[in-house]
Amino acid sequence: MSAHPIIRVQHVVKSFGKVTAVNDVSFDVRAAEIFAFLGPNGAGKTTTIKMLTTLLHPTSGALELDGLDPTKHQTEVRRRFGVVFQDPSLDSELTAWENMDIHGVLYHVPRQIRRERSETLLTMFELWDRRADLVKTFSGGMKRRLEIARGLLHTPKVLFLDEPTLGLDPQSRNQMWTLVRNLNKAEGVTVFLTTHYMDEADRVADRIAVIDHGRIVATGSSAELKQQTGTDSLEAAFLKLTGTTIRDESATAADQMRQVSRVWRR
Amino acid sequence: MSVIYVLWLREVKKYLRSRVQIVASLGSPLMYLGVLGFGLGPVFQRAGEGKYLQFMAPGVIGMTVLFTAMFSGIAMLWDRQFGFLKETLVAPVPRLLIMVGRTLGGATVAVLQGALIFAVTLIAGFRPASLLAVPLAFLVIALIAVIFSALATAIGSSIKEMQGFQMVMNFLVMPLFFLSGAIYPLEGLPKVLAAFTRVDPLTYGVDGVRGVLIGRAHFGVALDVAVLLAVGVLFVLFGAWRFSKLEA
Repeated sequence: MSAHPIIRVQHVVKSFGKVTAVNDVSFDVRAAEIFAFLGPNGAGKTTTIKMLTTLLHPTSGALELDGLDPTKHQTEVRRRFGVVFQDPSLDSELTAWENMDIHGVLYHVPRQIRRERSETLLTMFELWDRRADLVKTFSGGMKRRLEIARGLLHTPKVLFLDEPTLGLDPQSRNQMWTLVRNLNKAEGVTVFLTTHYMDEADRVADRIAVIDHGRIVATGSSAELKQQTGTDSLEAAFLKLTGTTIRDESATAADQMRQVSRVWRR
Repeated sequence: MSVIYVLWLREVKKYLRSRVQIVASLGSPLMYLGVLGFGLGPVFQRAGEGKYLQFMAPGVIGMTVLFTAMFSGIAMLWDRQFGFLKETLVAPVPRLLIMVGRTLGGATVAVLQGALIFAVTLIAGFRPASLLAVPLAFLVIALIAVIFSALATAIGSSIKEMQGFQMVMNFLVMPLFFLSGAIYPLEGLPKVLAAFTRVDPLTYGVDGVRGVLIGRAHFGVALDVAVLLAVGVLFVLFGAWRFSKLEA
């Protein structure tokens, strides 16, 4: 198991019409590691996650998750991962418990196990006391924690987290990463995360792939990246690798809608 | 089976919890019932057609079911970007089960809302021909609900922008209502209008409900039900197909 990577991406290209979002990307993710995709908005991080989670088909190249091709064995692959999308996918009109329970049914988790594991996860993510409350009454951090707990309910081998700390305050971010790290240790779940925060990638990830304009420019541990570039911080390494600092690109229409939805969904 | 059930239950639970929305959605049917029902009543009576309230109550019920069913399906547009829909789209279950669960849930909510309006019409003075007719009428109402819930699923899967919602309301839902004979009799219409009313599925729905409840049907209840069943099967298949093509 340790020899064969849990995720293997080889020469994957994804184009939308004339725009190439992911341009000949190759990398491996080892089982039970925390792997980070670090790059600015629009670098191709979310597109890669969507391909690995069976929501998009690559234009060309090969994908593999736990030895299976997501484009061919959709259902089998879906059983093997949990995912927290960039945009919330909870039902805010239902309670935390109900959100967990529906997920368990959708993933065919037997009732007894569903209940036990929901209790364990909600307790671990400090949401057990609020299990009977509607999700719309939750803070941003609580919602994100609930999404992660839900994504773990069916004991996946891989957990995808797409910009999980976007819009959270520093305290919630800290708490979340501690929980994710503990879980990674306790259950051996592989964590694939994307972020554009340097400090998070530096602190949390075992290995980092730096992605910019749809291409991977370097892969390695934070120490290796610094060594490779002869710099003493990940920030400096990133600058050297991409020629830019991480920029906040002008907000797209989707970003603006995200803002609106955050205000709306209080 | 449990997947369909749990998604159906989700829609029903959410409906029962949204008290404010339930009351708010009574607004427009109440207006039609109150203003048109009593406002046009004297003219209708003078034309020798009897009590207008008796005639239009089934129409208002049909309208409520149409609006509720279409609305729940179109809420999917929002759900797609910022909601629960994505969670179901990456789940290891066939899309068909998800579509059926959602559609049946939306249809059930529409029937419940129809029942609420039915109660209101009773208070306003509507009297069905017999008590036995009521459960029969609800079978027809359930058919209407499934038809438009499935249609809404198809539309919600096909358009991406929220602006599309306004288009659908103006160019589909309102015409479906106004062409259905919900508020006027189908007898003696100009040819063009008559032709339009005949391609509107709601026409057969309202006619069926009216036929069962007050014994006044333009096409006959049997034909109404046959058309509704056929359109229902067609729309569910269409909705399932569109939903299976949905990209997250």
